[in-house]
Formats: sequence, structure tokens, C-alpha cells
Amino acid sequence: MNLEYTFKVEGGNFSKAGVASSDVKKVLKKLNVGPKTIRRIVVSLYEAEINIIAHAYRGEILVKISENKVETTLKDSGPGIEDINKAMEEGYSTASPEVREMGFGAGMGLSNMNKNTDKLEITSEVGVGTTVKLMNWI
Amino acid sequence: MAEGKKYHAIKVDIEKCFGCTHCVKACPTEAIRIKNGKAVIDDKRCVDCGNCKRVCPVDAFYIEQDDISQIENYKYRVALFPSVMIGQFPETISESQVYDGILKLGFTHVFEVEQPIQLLIDSIREYSEDHANEKPLISSFCPAIVRLVQMRYPALVDKVLPIKAPHDLAAHFAIEKLKEDGASVDEIGIFYITPCSAKMAAVKRPLGEKESIVNGIINMSEFFDKVMKAISPEPVHDSSGLRQNLSREGVMWSLTGGESETFHKRALAIDGIKNVVKILERLENEKLPDVSFLELRSCNQSCAGGILLSGNRFLTVERLKRRAKRYPNASEVLPAGNDFSALKEKIKAEKIEPEYIFQLDSDRAKALTKMDKVQRIICQLPGIDCGACGAPNCQALAEDIVQGKAKMSDCVFLQERWQKEGKISAKKAFSSLEKTWGKGRFEADCNKKGARNEGY
Repeated sequence: MNLEYTFKVEGGNFSKAGVASSDVKKVLKKLNVGPKTIRRIVVSLYEAEINIIAHAYRGEILVKISENKVETTLKDSGPGIEDINKAMEEGYSTASPEVREMGFGAGMGLSNMNKNTDKLEITSEVGVGTTVKLMNWI
Repeated sequence: MAEGKKYHAIKVDIEKCFGCTHCVKACPTEAIRIKNGKAVIDDKRCVDCGNCKRVCPVDAFYIEQDDISQIENYKYRVALFPSVMIGQFPETISESQVYDGILKLGFTHVFEVEQPIQLLIDSIREYSEDHANEKPLISSFCPAIVRLVQMRYPALVDKVLPIKAPHDLAAHFAIEKLKEDGASVDEIGIFYITPCSAKMAAVKRPLGEKESIVNGIINMSEFFDKVMKAISPEPVHDSSGLRQNLSREGVMWSLTGGESETFHKRALAIDGIKNVVKILERLENEKLPDVSFLELRSCNQSCAGGILLSGNRFLTVERLKRRAKRYPNASEVLPAGNDFSALKEKIKAEKIEPEYIFQLDSDRAKALTKMDKVQRIICQLPGIDCGACGAPNCQALAEDIVQGKAKMSDCVFLQERWQKEGKISAKKAFSSLEKTWGKGRFEADCNKKGARNEGY
């Protein structure tokens, strides 16, 4: 049995940030997932969602919940990431000054995602977009 | 909780309840359903916040209390009331007149809960220093909020301060004082005058302790009426000596900001259960700034808006603010050199345990199947959240159906659709409605008029 949820994300729309992660949280609570696991999933999904809003033009989030894991695919149309390894470094950020002014873009997003997921996969094509896959055992 | 049924202070008077959806919609934990024309409270979900009572158009919710005549069983009869009670009396009535009125009801001693507040301020500070990495700590002041955290935010229970409520501290303090005067413990009856149902439930079914020290509990709205009647228009004996331990912080404690403003680090004060839910959601998602203490109160304007207070909450706050100015600072009130360590020890509470009330099933695979069913049922429901099924909204009905507590045919939209499609008879549809709303519900009756939305 799989549950599937899709969310559309609009680049630049910070006021709507966190919709996907809070919806997913509500479902996981109903499914009796441990609080610590829920927290990791919510934090990593939120970071990924913010990345689309801060960097991309638009994106789609697909969350698949099964009995023992949560798999999330975030696919965006955007500038893409030139050097993924560099982007994974703590403190490295390409966020615009406007985004930083709003309190985002500290360069902790990807490393935070990495810390809070059991498997993280990023593929990107410069000028086309980025796909992030998150997986957590529940 | 080991016992099967949980104690709750709020009950439905089924004579008065005529079956509407006001309470169903107002309940922050979706604990109320209409069955057979009457509101039914799910004791597992209720946090005793009193919002149902607040919105009921026919005053069908009542709050249990102990009979005031029970005070006769004790030689020393203590009326223990939170300072907020004074705020609802008309300005023309002095504090001494209120005290005098209470004594006329047969009490021998009058104590305001917040007298030893400095001990609580110190205890909170000490605990937060020792547990700085668990920040933000959540105040244990409001029992409705503690229960809400317990059920809806199980991940946050460890942040709730394991310190008992002020009335517990005050009861111990009162007993110590009376013992100094030569009373023995079994001669002392402590009667707590409660401003709300949540505090009442917390005394009857304590949080983080085995048994409450309070002997009886009295509903503040009825107590207020009794005191008003007993108040003498003549000049009364000046009782300010009885308030020598009361402080500015004490008077303000049960108002919004009362705790957070005495806290030595960054703190937030939030009142109103809906506002509290928003902050707890943020906290759970790790999206709160770096604060060390959260003062969270279920009622707007905190206890001044308590369900058992009679006055307007803003007027009550205003009077209390002016009252507070007349009192000294808390640190000046408690006699220095006295050893309060025994008292402080007594207000330490046990850790709060989480209660997983909202999960669909404790078995993951079953929960997943149920969630899938819920989503498929929701596709069939109209999404107008009318409440005509007796549940607060379509999502809640879908979950009730999956849990075997309701049927698809409880939805009036589906009833109409199925009749049109010839799947059910009009008679069957009608009898479904009768199961929710009761047999006589469809007859003309001028008393069933509901209530307007008055904007408050």
C-alpha cells in the first residue's frame, strides 16, 4: 500500500513555504510514525521545498509513503546546480542578496537535508533544473 | 493513564442540549460529535479547554464541582483562589470587602494562589538553567495546553516544565502557614476556587503527580455570585494583613505575559488555543527563533478570559494591572532567610507522558490502509464542512467512517445523491438523519433557533 501526494511549488513564493512539509507531517502523525523520524522528514522536506522557492522558477513535489519508508522527489525548472559537491558544503550558497535578507540562503540547506535523510540523491542540469530525491525509513 | 475512562470537568446537560453544531466546530481537538440529537464528548480527546461551553447557544455545558457544604468537614477551611478573581468585581468593591464576603460564607482562611510566586519564578529559572539544551521549555501553567501537547504534539512533551501548577504550590504554602499556627494537616481543608474547567480537571486528574493536595474544588462563577451576595456595603475590617505575601508579579501571573516577563531570558507569551496551536506547529517543525521559554495559555487574555469568570476579560485585566501596581516586587515579599527548599521539592512534578490519540491505528500497515480509505472517502464528500453529519468537517467524518464510528450515509449530500441515483429510499435517508439529530428534531419547535454569528 502506497500513499501519494503531490504539491506544486512556485519560485519566489516564500509566504507559502512549508505547505508540503506540514501536510506530510499530519499524515505521518496519523500513521503512528515516531516523533524523531517525523522531525527528520519534515526538516529535510522543508529545506528542499525552500530550495525550489529560493532558486528555481517552479517545481513539483511527489511524496510517496509506504509501510516502511517515505520517498520524496522534488523536481524543479530552474538554473540547476553547477557543482553539486560544492553546494553540499556547509555555508556555501548561491542565494541572491534578496533571499538572504529574508533569512534564507545561509548555505545550510543541502547539508541539513543530508543529515536528516537516510538517502539523498541530487541530479541537476544547468539551465534546465534540479531533481532531489529524499528517502527516510519510517 | 491506567484507568479506562478519563475524568473530565465538562459535561453535557442532555436536557438543555438540543443538538446544533456550535460546540462541534469550536472544539480544538475535534472531540465532539452529535449523536441522537445530543453533543457527545470523546473523553480521550477532550482537553477540558471549555471552548464548547463558551459557544453553546443554550448553555448546555456545565462544569462539575464539589458541594461548598463540604467545608463543614474541616476545622480550618481555606478558600484558595487565583488573584484573577479579584479583577472581576466592580471597582466600587474593595479587596477587603471581597475577603470579608468569602469569610462570611463559612471559610476560616483566605489565600490567594499567587502568594509564594517567587518560589515558582526561582524554580522555573533553576530548571531552565539545568536544562538549557532542551529549550524552549513549555510552561506547565495551563492544564488545557499541557494536555494538548500530550496528545497532539507528543514530540514536545519533554519540553513541558515538570513543575506543578501554582495552586499546588499555594496549597502547600497554605498548609505550612496553618501548621505554624498549630493546625494539624487532617484538620485543614483546602478548597480551590477554579477559573476554568481545565484547572478543575487537573485537580481531579492531576498531570505529573499521583494525587492533588487540594480537598475540594469550587466553580468560580457560582462562588462569585455567592460572594457578591455576602459582601457587606458597610465598612469592613481591613484584611490587608492577609495579603502581605502577595506581590506585583503574583497578581500578574495568570494574565498574559505573567510568566514570560519574569523569565530572565528570551520568552514568548501566547494566549488563545488557536494561536498556541500555530506556535506549537512551528516549534515542531523547528521553525521558531531562539527562545528559551514559551508561556502558552488556552484562553484569550489568559485566565482573565477563563470560562468560569463573570466579568469582561479586558476590564478584568485592567483592574488587575492597576491592582498589581499597589503591591511590592515578589523578591521583597518572601521573608529572606526562610528555608523554602522543602516547599520547592514538593512542586516538582513527574514528566508528562505522550498520548498517541490521533493515530489511525497502532499497526502501521493498518494505519496506511485506513489513511488510503480516508482519502478515497473524502473524494466522495462535498467538502463544505456543514456539520450536518454530526462531525465537525468532512475530513473528520471520513476518519470516523474508517474507524467504524460513522457511515457514508451520514452525509446529507451523499444521501441526496444516492436518492437521485435510486440507491436508497427517502425513508432510509430520513432515518439516517434521525440517528444523528434525534427523532423529534424535525418537528416545528420555536426553541430550536440556533444562534446568530454576532461577530465574537
